[in-house]
Amino acid sequence: MKRGILQRAAAAPHVVWSALFIIAPLIFVLYYTFTGQDGSFSLDNITRLGKGNYLMIFVNSLCMALIATVICFVIAYPAAYIFSRMKKKSQKLCILLIMLPLWMNFLITTYSWMTILEDTGVINTLLGLVGLGPVHMINTPGAVITGMVFCFLPYMILPIYSVMAGIDPKLLEAAADLGCSPVQIFMKVVWPLSVGGVISGVTMVFVPSVSTFYISQKLGGGTFQLIGDTIESYFTGTAVNYHFGAALSLILMVLILISMAVMNRFGDDEQGGALI
Amino acid sequence: MEKNTVVRLSRICKSFGSENVLNNIDLEIKDDQFVTLLGPSGCGKTTTLRIIAGFETPDSGEVYFDGKVINDIPPYRRSVNTVFQKYALFPNLNVYENVAFGLRVKKASDREISEKVREMLRLVNLQGFEKRDVSTLSGGQQQRVAIARALIMQPRVLLLDEPLGALDLKLRKDMQIELKNIRKKTGISFVYVTHDQEEALSMSDTVVVMNDGVIQQIGAPIDIYNEPANAYVADFIGESNILDGVMERDLQVRFAGRSFECVDRGFMTDEPVDVVVRPEDVDVVAPEKGMLTGTVTEVTFMGVHYEVIVEIRGFKWMIQTTDYVSPGQFIGIFIEPDAIHVMKKSEYSDMFGDYSSYSNELDQLSENTEEEGRE
Repeated sequence: MKRGILQRAAAAPHVVWSALFIIAPLIFVLYYTFTGQDGSFSLDNITRLGKGNYLMIFVNSLCMALIATVICFVIAYPAAYIFSRMKKKSQKLCILLIMLPLWMNFLITTYSWMTILEDTGVINTLLGLVGLGPVHMINTPGAVITGMVFCFLPYMILPIYSVMAGIDPKLLEAAADLGCSPVQIFMKVVWPLSVGGVISGVTMVFVPSVSTFYISQKLGGGTFQLIGDTIESYFTGTAVNYHFGAALSLILMVLILISMAVMNRFGDDEQGGALI
Repeated sequence: MEKNTVVRLSRICKSFGSENVLNNIDLEIKDDQFVTLLGPSGCGKTTTLRIIAGFETPDSGEVYFDGKVINDIPPYRRSVNTVFQKYALFPNLNVYENVAFGLRVKKASDREISEKVREMLRLVNLQGFEKRDVSTLSGGQQQRVAIARALIMQPRVLLLDEPLGALDLKLRKDMQIELKNIRKKTGISFVYVTHDQEEALSMSDTVVVMNDGVIQQIGAPIDIYNEPANAYVADFIGESNILDGVMERDLQVRFAGRSFECVDRGFMTDEPVDVVVRPEDVDVVAPEKGMLTGTVTEVTFMGVHYEVIVEIRGFKWMIQTTDYVSPGQFIGIFIEPDAIHVMKKSEYSDMFGDYSSYSNELDQLSENTEEEGRE
C-alpha cells in the first residue's frame, strides 16, 4: 500500500505538468472556439471557416505536408534499411549524423536554408561561378518543402531504423530458406515487420509539417499562406482574434486526428507494431 | 539396396577473416538418414550446416546435391530446409501462416495449403493451434512450428541447428523421441547439429565428430563410442581414461606399469599408443585380485551409479560402479581385454590428462557456452 502511494507521488509532477500545459490549453482552445469577442457562446467562428479562402489554405497545407512526408519516406526507408544492415559501429555513427541537425535550433536551421536558397545565396553564387543561373528558389513551394524535409527527416529515419534494427537477421534467412527471392523477402518479411515504424515516422513528419508556420514564412516569404501561418497571424499579427484562431486550431487538430486514425487502421491490417 | 547420396561435401574450406573455420571437410549425406554433426562450440558444425543450406559459400571445395555442384545456388532455390536454433518464426504471422509461409511463396492453392498445414500440424502434434500467435507458444511448441514450417516444403534434407538447445531437459528428451519418429514417418534425411553427445548418440544413424574445423571421426554411434579414432573423440564422447601405452605385440598392450591382454592388432612392435578404458568397463575388486591397485580419492553418487576417482601410480582413473567404496579405501581394479581400446597417437594425444582436475561443473560450463558469436 505504501509503495502504491509512493508510486503515485512519483507520477505527480507529470500529472501536474500534463494538466497545466496540455489539458488546460486544450480547454482554452475549446472555450475560445465556441465564444465570440464578447465572451458569450457562439458558432460564428466555425461558420466563418466556410467563407473566404480558408478551405484552400487547408488543402494547400495538407498537400505540402503530404509531399514533404512522401519525400521523407522515400529517402528514409532505404536509408534506415541500409543503416540497420551495417556493422554496429557504423550504425551508431550514421544515426549520430542523422541526429546531429536536431541538436541545432530549428530556427537556425531554417535561416541557414534561407542563405543557401536565396537569389544571392550559396547555390546561386556557385552556379554563377560556372556561368549558370541564377535560379529562383527561395519563396517557392519547393523551398518550403525542402525546409520541411530537412527539418523533419530524422523523425522519419529514426523510428523506421529502430524497427528495422530489431528485425532478427535469422528471419531473413528463414524466408530465403523457405523459397523467398530477395524481393519476396522484402515484401513478405521486411515490409510487414517495419510498417509500424513507417506509421510512426509518417505521423511524426506529417503532423509538424502540416502545422508549421516558421518554415513557410522564412522559406516561402509570405507568398502563399499555410494553415500554420494563418493561425499564427490571428494570435500575434495585427488582426488579433483568439477566438477565430482557436477555431482554426481546432479544425487542424481534428484533421490531424482523423489522418492518424486512418493511418493506424492501415497499420493494423499489416501488423500491430505501431509505436504511437 | 545402397541408398542414394543426396548431399556431398568435397574438400570444403572456409575461413572468417583470419580464423580457419572449416578445413577440408568431406561428408556424404544419404537418403533416409539421420546424420549428426557433433562437436564443441566453434568446431565448425554450424558453418557446415549453413554451407549446405546456402547461407555461407565455401572458400574452396564443392557442395553437391544429387551429384550436381550447387555452390552458387542461392538458399531459396535449394531443396533443403532449415530449423533454426532460436526458431526464427515470423512474429507477425500466426501458427497457420507460419507453417503455410513456404507454400504461399510457391503460390500453392488455398486448398492445398490448408490440407498440408493441417497434415503438418498433426505430424508435430499441434492440432488446434492454427490461430495462435506464435509469441504465446512455449519454447517446445515454437520448435514444433519451426519443424512443421520446414517439413511442409518436403525437402530432401532437413537441416536442424541445435533445435533443442533452448529447451529444458525433460522436454528435450521428449522432443528427441518425437524428432526420431517424425524422421521415420517422413523418410526425409536429417542433418542435426548439436554439442550434446548423448543426444547425438541416441538419435543418429551416423555421428560426425568435429573439432577445430576438422572431422575427427564419422561412424555409427556405437562405433564412435567403442572405437574412438583418437584421444579427442574418446574424451569428447562419454567419459574415458586415456593412458599412454606401448603396443608390445598384437593383442598385448602395456600401460600403467604392466601388460594387458587386449583385442587390438595391426600396430608395430613397441609402437607408442593411446589406451582408452571407459569408466563403466572397469570392475572394482579386492586389492589382491586386482590387475591394478590404488586408493580411492573421491566418490560421487550419480543416481544409477557411483563415480569413483582412484589414484593408480599417480594417474587418477574414473570408475563407474554400483558398489559403494569409501574415500581412502585401497581397492583393486579388473579390466576385461575387450574393454581396452588401443588408438594410434594423434595431435590430441597429450591434451587429455587424468581426472585430477575433474569437476562436473566445469564440464557443464564448457558445454553451455555455445557458438553464439558467429554471424
